[in-house]
Amino acid sequence: MSDATMDTRARAEATHAAAPAEHQQHPLKVYFLIWGLLFVLSACSYAVDYVGLEGYLRWFLILFFMVFKAGLIMAIFMHMAWERLALSLAIVVPPIALLVFVGIMVAESDYTFLTREVFFGATP
Amino acid sequence: MAAPTLEPYVSRPGGLRGVFADWASDQRTFKNVSWGKAMIWIFLLSDTFIFGCFLLSYMTARMSTRVPWPNPSEVFALHIGGADVPLILIAIMTFVLISSSGTMALAVNYGYRRDRVKAAVLLLITAAFGVMFVGMQAFEWTKLISEGVRPWGNPWGAEQFGATFFMITGFHGTHVTIGVIFLLIVARKVWRGDYETERRGFFTSRKGSYESVEIMGLYWHFVDLVWVFIFAFFYLW
Repeated sequence: MSDATMDTRARAEATHAAAPAEHQQHPLKVYFLIWGLLFVLSACSYAVDYVGLEGYLRWFLILFFMVFKAGLIMAIFMHMAWERLALSLAIVVPPIALLVFVGIMVAESDYTFLTREVFFGATP
Repeated sequence: MAAPTLEPYVSRPGGLRGVFADWASDQRTFKNVSWGKAMIWIFLLSDTFIFGCFLLSYMTARMSTRVPWPNPSEVFALHIGGADVPLILIAIMTFVLISSSGTMALAVNYGYRRDRVKAAVLLLITAAFGVMFVGMQAFEWTKLISEGVRPWGNPWGAEQFGATFFMITGFHGTHVTIGVIFLLIVARKVWRGDYETERRGFFTSRKGSYESVEIMGLYWHFVDLVWVFIFAFFYLW
């Protein structure tokens, strides 16, 4: 790397550091609060299994606590809540493709299950 | 090479208008984020797709089999004090990982405060939690293998159980292990003050900054994030 490039880089970094609120610096209180909340939510999702809930209530609670926990980790611990929307959307939007994929594979699994039932299940 | 456009982002529009302003025209898109941070996010996005596909194939296997799926609540129960406690080891592993996420977040914070000792110690504690997690996972694998779980079969039900279990938890455990190695490297750099003396890295020969601690943190939180999904879909479902 040439000296000229290094100079540019150094200057760029200096400008960078001078910009206000450049680093993700937040009061410790926020982290402790979220940390505690994550513990409570984890305990809740474990309780779902410990108590032995079944059916739709179980699935709803599992998903609810999962999304809540994931959201807190991403928003606060990973500082997504304070990033510019251009970055947040670039990261959060593409995984929607996975949800579409889930939909496709649910249909596919149902079909596979059906054919297995038809060919292996029926006792003549 | 032209210097990157470093506009003060404070003066830029926020919200959705900001999204269009940032993405439009020939300029760098992520205004107040260094290339290192943008790239770790894009790496994590790609990793999301990998883990997403693993969980998807697990879902497909479980939904399409006629053989009942082994009940994870019983499979992962431990015999403690004369009774089977369901999923207890997995619950402890979850708490260990959450704890490590907390210490990591604090390490990032103390790093930016240039409190070297506290940041390094917190990084080491995070690494210790990571080692604990991998150790418990090794215990879990040993227990299941001794009970006869194999990628091609198990004593309790659908054969795909073993394959998906070893694949998903194995891949996640690998991520934790790699994270621990990097945590130790970053902890050493923080401890030695590399980010203040601008000592060049042994691999990239670049000067580091305390942002490296945050980038390390993003990776570590992601590993925790993935565990949240594995815990919900594989162990609880």
